[in-house]
Amino acid sequence: MQSSSDDLRSTSTTPAPRAGVTGFPIVARHDVSDATFILEVDHPLMARAARAGQFVIVMSHPEGERIPLTIADFDRKRGTVTLVVQAVGKTTREMQRTCQVGTTLHGVAGPLGLPSPLGKARTVVCVGGGLGVAPVYPQARAHKERGATVIGVLGFRSAELVFWEDKFREVCDELILCTDDGSAGIHGLVTDGLELAMERYPDVGEVVAIGPPVMMQACAEATRPKGVHTVVSLNPIMVDGTGMCGGCRVRVGERVQFACVDGPDFDGHQVDFADLRARLTRYRGEEAQALAHWEHACRRAENAASDTLVSELPTPAGA
Amino acid sequence: MAAKRTIRTIPAERTPVREQPADERIGGFEEVSLGYDEAEAAREAQRCLFCADTPCMTGCPVSVDIPGFIRKVSDRDYRGAYDTIARTNLLPAVCGRVCPQESQCEAVCTVGATLEPVAIGRLERFVGDLAIANDWARRPFIAPTPYRVGVIGSGPAGMACAADLAKAGCDVTVFDALHLPGGVLRYGIPDFRLPSEVIDAEVANLERLGVRFECNTVVGRLFTIEQMIEEMGYDAVFIGTGAGYPTMLGIPGDSLGGVLSANELLTRANLMKARDFPMYDTPIPLGTHVAVVGAGNTAMDAMRVCLRLGAETVQCIYRRSAAEAPARAEELHHAEQEGVEFHWLTNPIEVLDDGQGNVSGLRCQRMELGEPDESGRRRPVPVPRSEFVMRCDQVVFAIGTNANPIIGQTSKLRLDKRGYLRVDEDLATSMAGVFAGGDIVTGAATVIEAMGAGRKAAAGILRYLGIRDESLAYDALGEPVFGIAPHEHSYVRLRAAEPETSPTHRTAVTAR
Repeated sequence: MQSSSDDLRSTSTTPAPRAGVTGFPIVARHDVSDATFILEVDHPLMARAARAGQFVIVMSHPEGERIPLTIADFDRKRGTVTLVVQAVGKTTREMQRTCQVGTTLHGVAGPLGLPSPLGKARTVVCVGGGLGVAPVYPQARAHKERGATVIGVLGFRSAELVFWEDKFREVCDELILCTDDGSAGIHGLVTDGLELAMERYPDVGEVVAIGPPVMMQACAEATRPKGVHTVVSLNPIMVDGTGMCGGCRVRVGERVQFACVDGPDFDGHQVDFADLRARLTRYRGEEAQALAHWEHACRRAENAASDTLVSELPTPAGA
Repeated sequence: MAAKRTIRTIPAERTPVREQPADERIGGFEEVSLGYDEAEAAREAQRCLFCADTPCMTGCPVSVDIPGFIRKVSDRDYRGAYDTIARTNLLPAVCGRVCPQESQCEAVCTVGATLEPVAIGRLERFVGDLAIANDWARRPFIAPTPYRVGVIGSGPAGMACAADLAKAGCDVTVFDALHLPGGVLRYGIPDFRLPSEVIDAEVANLERLGVRFECNTVVGRLFTIEQMIEEMGYDAVFIGTGAGYPTMLGIPGDSLGGVLSANELLTRANLMKARDFPMYDTPIPLGTHVAVVGAGNTAMDAMRVCLRLGAETVQCIYRRSAAEAPARAEELHHAEQEGVEFHWLTNPIEVLDDGQGNVSGLRCQRMELGEPDESGRRRPVPVPRSEFVMRCDQVVFAIGTNANPIIGQTSKLRLDKRGYLRVDEDLATSMAGVFAGGDIVTGAATVIEAMGAGRKAAAGILRYLGIRDESLAYDALGEPVFGIAPHEHSYVRLRAAEPETSPTHRTAVTAR
């Protein structure tokens, strides 16, 4: 820990207190697409403790569920951590609606998981696709800070969805953008970008791949023939995030490991991705039910609100 | 230190007391005098000269230490003011209102010889009203010690340890990784056995003792135990994090859909209130035919939760016989009453796949008891050619826990071979000032054993801090109050200086 003792002593374990405010304040928000948004949360102690590769468990409100979100960035000076959320299910779509600057998150616990073991490779490729773009950033930065040559490979659907390009350029010796439609960078998948990087830099000693399971698996398969060590960051379903429930267990080699305390980073060549994907779909029925229930409640609330508006209208003269 | 008060330096006028306007008050029975607020009380308390001969005390029929309590009001030590009055007068809120002060204490007040006398009655009422609001009569003052102790984990070990430390005057903060305090009492034991209101009440009792709870705090990861001691000003730390790393059986098929640990099932149902899904967002897998492996209390809880969630059949699978089942007799009895089917001497060997990645059944084999093992229980051995398939769509493992690795990963504390913390007979770990107890030391055990360990560790911590015996806590009290002996009270530690900031989960016992 680089901080002086006075700093820690004066920092409450709960975020900066504000009169009447409980929870963890959101101090900035940036929507990078219609489904993906970035939240900056005030939490000085966490900003100080966070390391590349770690995640937090977020509970947006008291009736909410606990969801794992990778720490996409941390700013020790500002005392904030940055989280990226993709609005896909009930909880994340609700967060897309309610998590505005000035509101708070009910619970934020972390930083959880083992920090990424950074290794000693002289040349590292950091691959981020979809939701994995942001969380691969602190890994790229950490590798750069320890003196490695860093090649970033980022995948987006199209040019207008590209974000954090400048941030990546600052910490990458080369940045390869890949888009599905070819509107920016190379026309292709991140695996194409990864192959290109390995051609250009034959001494690549480590690949870090973060994104959807199918993408991480493809990256691991791309590096397997060359025997390049490949680290993937797994994000299975979790409840407590502290090793207590075992819901996040994954098969790595012959062993069952808990992503929350034994990971989330694992050797991509050892991970049983089929098992991971099967476990991720475990709650599909319940997720659909929760979403339908929430959307119904939203519509009811909107209808109620418009009813109120109608009833509040002045009665027309003579009626 | 301010200059000595004299008749010339104090406010000449009595601080007026706010009253309900006459035209409003004749319409009802609301109290006419509204009493002093803090600022008014502080101003009036400045008018007392604290004269050495204390004529006011002789004017008081029960000789209340009037200058003594006014000095404490002046110092904003309201709790101290109350204790001063309560030594001789049990009912300050009453006497402050109805005593004829102008012919008793105030009649002989030294200030009153020159100016208006000190408004002793109004000050007494102010203190009495605060005492009622804060329930001070039932909670005698505990002399604070200068020691700060951090307790990691708010389960039974942590709560018991925090209670004893707080009663001895330590400034105690309890950290929990989850968003609510209570540990296994909250996430593990279902409401039908331990309602969450009971946990809330116990937490509130600790808060009244001055204990602070900080949730959402994963010690080891957010800050380390070493940092607590070296940088954050904690004089001692108690680790009561529980075992909490569920064992999976390691048989084929144990990661299929529909297989989960009892911890996960119970956490979803209890802590996350998945039983009320979708009113609460956390879902729970609902099996129609559930097989629970294990016969401890956790297994009984898991089975009874499944029945309440709508399972048609719940089967208990245990490789030994009923006599060896570790669950409490009452829990076994209740589970049986509620319709759990028990399969004693049965061992699961494979979870079967329905072809879609979900559970379709459990292949088991029959067992018989052989020679006693090292635990003294007769070792179950398989009966040859006794395999059979039990149809089920959900399998819950309740076969125990291993040591949670977080403390080991983030500290240099010495662990045993299985990852549990090594402690000496005082429950001190290998690091000075750091103690541990409960499941993280012994492996999975009972609530009461964890509480016993918490209390034992508290005693060890108090010795380590040089707090010798309980008398320190009761010094300020001395003798029975209201005919109640000290040990019959619940105790509170008064904080000398509360920080201005207010963490989310805390009830401060201050006058404001």
